[in-house]
Amino acid sequence: MKPAPFAYKRARSTEEAVALLGEKDARLLAGGQSLIATLNMRLSAPALLIDINRIDGLDGTAHKDGMIEIGALTRHAAAERSNVIAQHAPLIARALPHIGHPAIRNRGTLGGSIAFADPAAELPACLLALDGEVEAAGPKGKRSIKAKVFFKGLFETALAPNEMLTAIRVPAADAQTRTGFAELARRHGDYAIVGLAASARGDGKGLTDVRLAYFGVGATPVRATKAEAALASGNVDAAIAALDLDPPDDVQATGAVKKHLAAVLLRRVAKQLMETQR
Amino acid sequence: MNEIDIALTVNGEPISERVEARKTLVDFLREDLGLTGSHVGCEHGVCGACTVRVNGAIVRGCLMLAVQCDGTIIETIEGLSDSGEVADLQAAFEQRNALQCGYCTPGMIAAAQDLLNRGGVPSRDQIREHLSGNYCRCTGYHAIVDAVESVAQERNKARAGAKR
Amino acid sequence: MKITDDSPPVLSALDRPNSYIGRSVPRPNLQRLTQGRGQYVSDVTLPRMAHVAFVRSPHAHARIKSIKVDAAKKAPGVIAVITGAELAKVMTPWVGVLTHLKGLKSAPQAPIAVERACWQGEAVAAVVARTRAQAEDACELVEVNYEPLPALTDPETALDAKTPVIHPSIADNLCFERKLDVGKVDEALASSDAVVETTFLFGRHTGVTTEPRSIVADWNVGEQKMTVYQGTQAPHMMQNLFAKHLGLAEHQVRVITKDVGGSFGIKVHTYADEMATVALSKLLKRPVKFVADRIESFVTDIHARDHRVKAKIGVRQDGTITAFEIDDLTGIGPYSVYPRTSGIEANQVVNLVGGPYTCPNYRAQARVVFTNKNVMCQYRAVGHPLAVAVTEGLVELAAAKIGMDPLELRRRNLIADDAYPAQSAAGLKFEKLSHHESLAHLDSLMNYAGLRAEQKKLREQGIYRGIGFASFIEVTNPSAAFYGVGGAKITSQDGATVKLDAQGALIVATGVTEQGQGAEAVVAQCVATAFGVPLERVRVITGDTDVTPYGGGTWASRAAGIGGEAAWQAGKALRANVLAVAGAMLQAKPETLDIRNGVVVDAASGTERLPLEELARVAYFRPDTLPAGIQAELVATRHYVPRAWPFAFTNGVQASYLEVDTDTGFVKLLKHWCVEDCGTIINPQLVDEQIRGGIVQGIGAALFEQCLYDERGQMLNGNMADYLVPMAAEMPDIECGHVVSPTADSELGAKGAGEAGTAGAPACVMNAINDALRPLHAAPLTDMPFTPGKILRALGKV
Repeated sequence: MKPAPFAYKRARSTEEAVALLGEKDARLLAGGQSLIATLNMRLSAPALLIDINRIDGLDGTAHKDGMIEIGALTRHAAAERSNVIAQHAPLIARALPHIGHPAIRNRGTLGGSIAFADPAAELPACLLALDGEVEAAGPKGKRSIKAKVFFKGLFETALAPNEMLTAIRVPAADAQTRTGFAELARRHGDYAIVGLAASARGDGKGLTDVRLAYFGVGATPVRATKAEAALASGNVDAAIAALDLDPPDDVQATGAVKKHLAAVLLRRVAKQLMETQR
Repeated sequence: MNEIDIALTVNGEPISERVEARKTLVDFLREDLGLTGSHVGCEHGVCGACTVRVNGAIVRGCLMLAVQCDGTIIETIEGLSDSGEVADLQAAFEQRNALQCGYCTPGMIAAAQDLLNRGGVPSRDQIREHLSGNYCRCTGYHAIVDAVESVAQERNKARAGAKR
Repeated sequence: MKITDDSPPVLSALDRPNSYIGRSVPRPNLQRLTQGRGQYVSDVTLPRMAHVAFVRSPHAHARIKSIKVDAAKKAPGVIAVITGAELAKVMTPWVGVLTHLKGLKSAPQAPIAVERACWQGEAVAAVVARTRAQAEDACELVEVNYEPLPALTDPETALDAKTPVIHPSIADNLCFERKLDVGKVDEALASSDAVVETTFLFGRHTGVTTEPRSIVADWNVGEQKMTVYQGTQAPHMMQNLFAKHLGLAEHQVRVITKDVGGSFGIKVHTYADEMATVALSKLLKRPVKFVADRIESFVTDIHARDHRVKAKIGVRQDGTITAFEIDDLTGIGPYSVYPRTSGIEANQVVNLVGGPYTCPNYRAQARVVFTNKNVMCQYRAVGHPLAVAVTEGLVELAAAKIGMDPLELRRRNLIADDAYPAQSAAGLKFEKLSHHESLAHLDSLMNYAGLRAEQKKLREQGIYRGIGFASFIEVTNPSAAFYGVGGAKITSQDGATVKLDAQGALIVATGVTEQGQGAEAVVAQCVATAFGVPLERVRVITGDTDVTPYGGGTWASRAAGIGGEAAWQAGKALRANVLAVAGAMLQAKPETLDIRNGVVVDAASGTERLPLEELARVAYFRPDTLPAGIQAELVATRHYVPRAWPFAFTNGVQASYLEVDTDTGFVKLLKHWCVEDCGTIINPQLVDEQIRGGIVQGIGAALFEQCLYDERGQMLNGNMADYLVPMAAEMPDIECGHVVSPTADSELGAKGAGEAGTAGAPACVMNAINDALRPLHAAPLTDMPFTPGKILRALGKV
């Protein structure tokens, strides 16, 4: 299908993009890998597309104050090649190759993925598992929003209609950082049936600060907090027993199947957490 | 505001056109420029038949708007072919019948070239993984993997030879 | 041959010098495709061409109370907005029935629905505009007032008294019914040592051709001629149908098919929206183009394989199969598709179950019922994937029940290789098959014993691998028995015209068509060999009803066996014509001459006498120098139709080796093999590639593909993200082997090979999964596709 007609403007700065967002029925165009597909299918028909791809300064990666800051416009492919992310944000590095396929990753952006908040997407769960935050720019300036309050519902985030995501920030990994990632998809690159992004701290004896963020199990990524506590006490079986996810059925699998797969992933990811150095 | 002037380079040729904002890159190439070698298979970014190169990177032509490509360098299968860049891939595909109907082939060759440009000799599994975003209904993929594998080996030999 | 007899051995017709028969030469026309310079219908543009988009019913069943088009007509770029009532003045409806499927009935179908929409996606209005985008914009402005009606979505209830009849004009929801009862099934089952009874379910699925259906219709009112560019497999069939339903003579219609982006049977049928496009061109007197986009493809391309088969097999402890019994129910769409009918798939299931085996007791019942889902019709391997899955599924369940190796059980029941001609219980006539030789070849090709040993070792480590097989027969080279006898204007014969051009090259026009399988290459190889020129000197023209001989096109794996034979005969005939002229020019007897490598030579010594270019020059430009009474005839046409056998049956056997992750239910395909006997092989590489592609399509059916509908008749997964087609990362390497049993019904002896892969693959993947899980006492899986959820449920984990 062809998109319904829309107007198009190129924003040259974050401020200009934010101002244009104030217009009626305007959407931001970043990577476009989700947006243009929905436009092509006429599932969405905005009046104005604001192209932010030429805004300078939104695609860098920086390591400062113990945080890794990744500009929202960083393409997945660039992030895959980034040494900073490989060294200091290993969970994100693990997740990136699972996102679509190379042609998608050349255009799709980390900011776009977080802002779009597809419940089956990898990066929102990673952000949640890392207890990260996003930086958003609005008419009144910038603000930080913690991951744990950012994902509110199905494709719904804490961003106001005239706010634009400008960066994501996660704690920089150190020697005690442990990460785990696994997803189950019918075909390589598909949205996961169920996935798990996990982080923890390990000192060689046990795990603390365990965060298990599942994706594909509900309207948003979900922290399995009871399982986290059990895993921190070292008992994988107890963690699995404590998993209290209640995924709805979808076209890919029933809730019961997802729940079972979530437990399988927990066992596999727990192993990663306990074995990995970062 | 629904029609925008764009200036870009397509297969080495400077192009100036006025396009509707909603026109995708692949439709622009096919309809406005007559470059029908890039194909439309799904319009939701899954099948890969529209894969072209923008500023050296492979993209889905159905998930980019023509207006976004102002100031960019586009290479389609016609350009990759005429420059000779993929001549060995094309020959291998032809020799091994790694194409039947040919509809997925331009996108498949673009994706294969993207893999081979990374250097080394990828394993069959790595080839399959890199091409996992290009749908082929005819071949069952085996001959395509054979073709890409053979070209990877040949190019590697040539690189090793050139180094001496 | 006596020792003293020194006459040279009689060469077969295929032993021509520089023969291309049996050679894996690359296809001659691939450069244009790898360069992106193909000419697909979706690429065609004509002056003043308009685009059509259709308003489609969102309801599975609804009365169309009114359609308001005023706003749409005023939208930018709109040329016309046409409803079914208006189009009915230009084009007559059709009914998809054939007389040889006794009792088959269906209601008339119009190009655009007139008073009722009967499936979600059926077109209810057409918008023609300058661009497709503008047409779609205007579609949103068409106001259709629907009165939803009950939607019939469960085939099991279609014949209940309480269920509303979709088409009151045809009494009930039964499209077709077939019954067969051969031998003594009840006695046989009663005397068996074991009876296995189960129900097989096959997911409705669809072709997903990479290039969607495309058509450009061009009514030239000055010429009173309709030219249609269409990605069809059967141009002459469509020529007849367009003429018939527009009230034209066939010679006023030309159908042109250039490159086709995949078909697999999808593009051999008559589609309402394509017929509407042609009618619109006539109405509007300008070219009109329709390209189905992917979303509308999922709800309008024919679906297939939606069957529930209750099945039984009886077996004795010594492995003898005593009986097969099936009860097949399939829910098609609201219409039987035209002109091949939607009864063929079920008819084939009845025909083919048990086919490879000697078992004489077989009872079958099949019912085809209408539902309010998308239409269903022939798709690659028509009926075979179902029949083979049922048969081979039962065979391996029986083997497991009596504790016999599944290959051994087959050996004890497959028709012996020296027992031909033979007939199956269902009455299928076999000329010569090679089930046993193929099985032996497969056994060694895959190192069966080695794999069993590996499987055993890995089981001890908690790794569950499975080996599954499927023996099968496959219909190819159909005679008029398939469609012609039923009254369809679908020709089973085919023709080739070969002409020598002024430079000594050959132009071949053939009635078979190309969708990527290599029909052009095979025809070129046959002509080049029969005539005597290098392959580079042969150009093939296909897909143009104005230019090619009247032919059937490509379907039911007929291009090589039938199209190739016609080309072979035409090449031979032209050679005779050319040698007649050469003989006159060289004052030699034509029978002492031959054409080799493009040169007329002395047959016995090989001495070159006259290049073809020179012969052509004289024949065309200096006929004054030819002896009196010699008229050069440098063109020849020959036709061919199989007469001795209704179908040229082929046989094959496939194996799948896979690993089931019993934690996740995911299946990893490790390897796949196929040994196929398709008679004389003209191009081994092309045959192997057809088999590989077909196998992967069958794997799609077994593991991934299903059109999901809810109880309201809404398709839930009609897009490429949710309908899962096989992609490269999950597919195995596929090894092919061959046995050759030529058919005597043609000189080449070639049978068909295009569908064998799809026929056998779902069965052997199913059998491999069940083999993998057998030690875990999982309930046998017989409900395709085998998703992780189904496997986990069978294991009792969910």
